[in-house]
Amino acid sequence: MRAAVLIAIKDLRQRIRDKSFFLWGIVAPVGLAAIFSLLLGSVADGDSIRVSFGAVDLDGGEVAAVFTGDVLGSLAEAEIVESVVVFGSLADAERAVGAGDVDAVFVLPAGFSAAVGGGGEAPIEVIGYVDSTIGTQVARAVASSFAGEINGLGVAVGTVFAVEGSQPDQAAIDALISEVMQIPAPISVGAIGAADKELDSSTFYSAAMAVMFLFLIVQFGVLGLLEERENGTLNRLLAAPMRRSSVIMGKAITSFVIGVLSMTSVIVITTVALGADWGDPFGVAALVLAGIIAALGLMMLVAAFAKTAEQAGNLQSIAAFLLAMLGGAFFPVAQAGGLIEAMSKITPHAWFLRGLGDLAGGTGLTGILGSVWPILLFAAVTMGLASLRLRRMVAP
Amino acid sequence: MAGNILEARGLRKSFGDLVAVDGVDFHIAEGETYGLLGPNGAGKTTAISMVTGLLEKDSGEVVVAGRSITTSSTDAKAAIGYVPQDIAIYPDLSARENLDFFGRLYGMNGKERSARVGEVLEIIGLADRADDRSEQFSGGMKRRLNIGIGLLHSPRLLMLDEPTVGVDPQSRNAILESVERLSQEGMAVLYTTHYMEEAERLCDRVGIIDHGKILAEGTRAELVALVGQRDRVRMSTNDRTEAAAEALRSHAAVDEVTASDGGLEVLVRGAAAALPRLLELAAGAGVGVTSVEVVEPNLEAVFLHLTGKALRD
Ligand SMILES: Nc1ncnc2c1ncn2[C@@H]1O[C@H](COP(=O)(O)OP(=O)(O)O)[C@@H](O)[C@H]1O
Ligand SMILES: [Mg+2]
Repeated sequence: MRAAVLIAIKDLRQRIRDKSFFLWGIVAPVGLAAIFSLLLGSVADGDSIRVSFGAVDLDGGEVAAVFTGDVLGSLAEAEIVESVVVFGSLADAERAVGAGDVDAVFVLPAGFSAAVGGGGEAPIEVIGYVDSTIGTQVARAVASSFAGEINGLGVAVGTVFAVEGSQPDQAAIDALISEVMQIPAPISVGAIGAADKELDSSTFYSAAMAVMFLFLIVQFGVLGLLEERENGTLNRLLAAPMRRSSVIMGKAITSFVIGVLSMTSVIVITTVALGADWGDPFGVAALVLAGIIAALGLMMLVAAFAKTAEQAGNLQSIAAFLLAMLGGAFFPVAQAGGLIEAMSKITPHAWFLRGLGDLAGGTGLTGILGSVWPILLFAAVTMGLASLRLRRMVAP
Repeated sequence: MAGNILEARGLRKSFGDLVAVDGVDFHIAEGETYGLLGPNGAGKTTAISMVTGLLEKDSGEVVVAGRSITTSSTDAKAAIGYVPQDIAIYPDLSARENLDFFGRLYGMNGKERSARVGEVLEIIGLADRADDRSEQFSGGMKRRLNIGIGLLHSPRLLMLDEPTVGVDPQSRNAILESVERLSQEGMAVLYTTHYMEEAERLCDRVGIIDHGKILAEGTRAELVALVGQRDRVRMSTNDRTEAAAEALRSHAAVDEVTASDGGLEVLVRGAAAALPRLLELAAGAGVGVTSVEVVEPNLEAVFLHLTGKALRD
């Protein structure tokens, strides 16, 4: 172990000296996170998107009044919704939404209040403007949240979508929804599922870039093994009075420390400079550690099968980008459905981001274990496969 | 055997069909300098790699300082200093940092280490460049650093695998001098080379190795005796070399005469005593001798005698 630590210290000195760590471990992720959140953040965070809602009260009861008054009123007050118009008839409302005057209309059916009281069926309907998928989805979330609030009273929420044509910008929608959900009562946050929770854009891109580059920079440790073999120093290490496995251990420690240094730096810098909000520190630490181990596992696997350090570096870089893309670090894939969505669930990136989303939603350490274990599973599988071969690299 | 720092017995190693080391036995006494002399591909590096525990032996046994060396040895390797054939240093670290790292790896601590690093920098003549990155060094300087790392922890046995290959004459001389000095200070040395002069100059005993086998072993004198005490006399003549050859063969001490371009090569027992008579014989045959050179037998000749080929081609 002593020898492994000495090797790691030597490696870290080399890496710090050649500046590769600073460049790839700090400058690149922070820089890209800043660029992405500047470019895309304003849109995603809803600063320039405003939706307007309409409502038709066909019920006239007390519960319906709470919805049209307090609930929608609070959205307008929070400046999330530009305007709320209450229409006198369903026909007026449909005309307005058809013309795009409002983005979505809530229809509170006759008997709504009575149904809430008596357990009947009277869903709130949402009618959306065909070109405003964002508005429609936000409206739907509002309705379902309200329904969640009074769930015990047996109200179902129905939505009518008028969504056709172009694909919605899911990140923007989700960001907006999450903002809606953060408004205090009368809309409860508790009713929405984990997948609906999203990070604000600067936190999202900080986290996404940090985890993507994490998978790149771990190579500065493990690849040292191949480098040492190529420049002959591996034999020198193996001739020294220590275990052969200490060399591998040393390289793993190097990767691990580089990962910790990079993630910590990125978290601190993005918090200070970009206003990222990473959430509960213990939860973040758990996700980060799991992520580092997963990155290490992948790197070991790549190193074990590559022929040269250069080849391994290239493979690892490609893998890092693919996994990041698949894991939703650039654009959301969780809603893509089918194969892509299934594959995304293999990536540590997806779980890392989801875990951070949960933390942003107020979950603590225990709440994100469901995101931590899939990351650790990835680590275990890759390390297991790597160990089948990696020992050969220091075998006599 | 007591007093031996190294005992290697029955070392054998094949790579596929190729038998690289084919039953090698040798030992090195405390403080002795032992040379493995052989051409490229003879099996020197393979042998030394098994002795250092880097390479798994097919069979055989290595004992260094009383402890068996295998590929899984740890502490036992501390007695060995290893200088690989190819330069193995960290180019982005300075000479001092390279030495310091390996010093730590060999468990040297604090003051002892930094003092010894300074000492080694002097020995290898890099004290004034100690803090420059080694990638800026010339080939010879890198070679010297390569050696410095091996002797840093004052091992009882230093193994140098062809440490002068590809260096300028000046660095080469510096390397040979430092090996001599270490040997005088009592360090045992295993030195492999394909340069006959280096083996002759440095080694107390030499093993001549070819095709993975040690063909002969002993002090220089012992090895030379294998060829017989025959000196090689080279004569440059004007012409009529055939007639001269005929005349020289009549001398009792002459074993062999061969014509070479522009002269003759005579294998003769006791050249010093026979030389005046040989010149008379040549003159009697009407041959003008323009120069004479007496070459005493050396390891090159021994190698030629044992294998029928030159050490270097
Ligand atoms: N790892 C290896 N794989 C296959 N053949 C090898 C290997 N190492 C050495 N050899 C072969 O073994 C023989 C002895 O090599 P080596 O010990 O390097 O000789 P030397 O050091 O005397 O030049 C050579 O024919 C060489 O090609
Ligand atoms: Mg060799």
